[in-house]
Amino acid sequence: MPLYHTEDQAMLAETVTGFMADEGGIKQQLRHWRDINCPDGFGHALWKQFAELGLTGILAAEADGGLAMGHVEAGIVLTEIGRNLTPSPFLTTAVMGVTALSAGSDELRGRWLPGVIAGETVLAVAIDEGPKHRPERIACRAEKAGNGFRLSGRKDFVVHGASADALIVAARTAGSDGDADGVTLFAVPKDAAGVRHDVVRLVDSAMASHVTFDNVELDGDCVIGEVDGGRALLNRVLDAGRVGAAAEQIGVASGAFDITTAYLKTRKQFGQLIGEFQALQHRAAHLYSEIEIAEAAVIKAQQLLDAGSDKAELMVAVAKAKAGKVCNLAVREGVQMHGGVGMTDEFDIGLYMKRDRALSEFTGDPFYHAERVAKLSGY
Amino acid sequence: MSDLDSFRQEIRAWLEANCPPEMREPVRDEGDICWGGRRFQFKNAAQKTWLERCVAKGYTVPDWPKAYGGAGLSPAEAKIWREECARIGARPPLSSFGIWMLGPALLKFGTEEQKVHYLGQIARGEIRWCQGYSEPGSGSDLVSLQTFGEDKGDHWVVNGQKIWTSYADKADWIFCLVRTDKTNKYQGISFLLFDMESPGVTTKPIKLISGSSPFCETFFDNVQVPKAQIVGQLNRGWDVAKYLLGHEREMISGAGGSDRLTTIGAVIARNGLEDPILRAELAQFDVDALAYTAMGEKFLDEIKVGKAHPAQPNMMKYAGTELNKRRHELLMAAGGSTALEWESEATSGGTPARSWLRTKANSIEGGTSEVMLNVIAKRILDLPGA
Repeated sequence: MPLYHTEDQAMLAETVTGFMADEGGIKQQLRHWRDINCPDGFGHALWKQFAELGLTGILAAEADGGLAMGHVEAGIVLTEIGRNLTPSPFLTTAVMGVTALSAGSDELRGRWLPGVIAGETVLAVAIDEGPKHRPERIACRAEKAGNGFRLSGRKDFVVHGASADALIVAARTAGSDGDADGVTLFAVPKDAAGVRHDVVRLVDSAMASHVTFDNVELDGDCVIGEVDGGRALLNRVLDAGRVGAAAEQIGVASGAFDITTAYLKTRKQFGQLIGEFQALQHRAAHLYSEIEIAEAAVIKAQQLLDAGSDKAELMVAVAKAKAGKVCNLAVREGVQMHGGVGMTDEFDIGLYMKRDRALSEFTGDPFYHAERVAKLSGY
Repeated sequence: MSDLDSFRQEIRAWLEANCPPEMREPVRDEGDICWGGRRFQFKNAAQKTWLERCVAKGYTVPDWPKAYGGAGLSPAEAKIWREECARIGARPPLSSFGIWMLGPALLKFGTEEQKVHYLGQIARGEIRWCQGYSEPGSGSDLVSLQTFGEDKGDHWVVNGQKIWTSYADKADWIFCLVRTDKTNKYQGISFLLFDMESPGVTTKPIKLISGSSPFCETFFDNVQVPKAQIVGQLNRGWDVAKYLLGHEREMISGAGGSDRLTTIGAVIARNGLEDPILRAELAQFDVDALAYTAMGEKFLDEIKVGKAHPAQPNMMKYAGTELNKRRHELLMAAGGSTALEWESEATSGGTPARSWLRTKANSIEGGTSEVMLNVIAKRILDLPGA
């Protein structure tokens, strides 16, 4: 398959690009919700509009009312979300949440997916425990109790957690913390007794929770997929999140790069446009080259994931690591090339820097994924 | 079975019957490469047979028209040819600057007569070509070149000096940029072809930091070049040169389009890797290398359908050569003191060190990295004054 968008994908990109430029802009969405101190950190009306375009069900099966598209298409949406820094539950709900729930029973899918597709339901994923992404180690426990489970433990960096109608939780149902086996995924409803959210605002103005589960009673219907055998599904959910976050970072990098090159063409110092200085031209040209390469890595990973290739895992790690490194370079160069105004809240470039930092950490930072590349390559 | 499937079967059967077993072994050294030309010494009978069989079918230049010595394959068929050759590890029957560089220029700018004559010679491996571009005073600023062809009616008399002429001492003919109008910088250069045996041509090999090299200095002392031996219009040789440089950059960028996801960390780690910081650098390198592999694939896919930015080869050349330099720095670090050996048997005559040093030229030859960045800034980013 060629590494560029098909005609259908290009059409989708055109629609989404136009829609997001009209409705998802920085002033309209990110600054608005931030400045009014919105407890969700994003707008439900826009989420509803996503649903009207079918985007909420982009990965869901047709039988579940979705569009049954792939990660390339989801990535198109995420890149535009990134370019506009749009606060949205799309990644945790329509990408990671739907990937998880699609492996669930008819009943479970029937309970949650119609709401997601209608743009009425928001999902969040509760996987990390501690400040760094270490999904190999899961200590949060769900003990078997009667026909169901009793969940106890703590999850961190649960983005949109308090706004979510359900949390997708990875918990240990057997074995010890570091075991690959013995993990089970649950869909925990918002109103379950014993769930506490300590909500924190993050640097990019997104709202996240430290979630504490205190003997939360869950009936057996909350289990997604296989009891004790949830590791493969967890990896699928994570890889969907990783390639999605990488696609969003391509958008963040491109958005930062575009406003920076535009600034180089208008700002004058020493009587000339600063874009005339070769020192800046070379850095901009290097950055262009890096963004192109990162974008290629991301689309390759999306395609391999959609094809179910056994090389997907390696390429997803490459994509998340490369997109993370490159997006970080883009925002750092962006702020530096803007000079003093780059430090002001009035200019958007700093907002790109904030979003990059949060996305980089989400589902594993570039160091974590470079380590995975080494391990998957046998060293 | 589709036409392409049956074509693949046909190629597979032909290769099976015609590619000698010795020609399916990996290329080990310079002698294994068939360059062709008047003075070429075949290493063995198999190399000669393989060339002759391919020439007869036009497979030395599979996608050139049959009239010019090719096999007239469509892009899809040529891809199948390459894939089937790769499948059995078949060596290229013929390698030459004629195929890679002069050929594409002649196909675009040559007269019908030139195409039939020169392309045919290239396809049959009869003439080995070298490229006369750089001069001692004209490297990155190539257009400042001074080698001058004085108009003498039915011929030019060429005087001057070229440098970095690869294999000039082994080549039969040269394609050469020569100033034919001193008053016009860009539109005062012509693209001339002439025989290296012409009176007044001398060559001198250049020794590099990596040891002996194919590079030469080439001197022209009153060399007579007939007027028919010009490609394109008089004084418009810069157009031909720019077109060719694009090809050269694509080639040096090493955009293989390969789907193999191999990492150098995996290769090095076979011998044990005890240094955690080196391991971390290898992992960071492998991330960049695998991402660049995807970029190479994307670039080739986009070129095929005309989606690539015309200046994109400059980006590929820049990124690919910088990556290759990093790769060899890491290979040297991982090799330790063994990699320092300059002539030993264990290193096959200092291959690691010589290769490492040779890669330093990657980001100089064919346009320096700094020139590539200039081109990206100007043609892709449209930055002011670039």
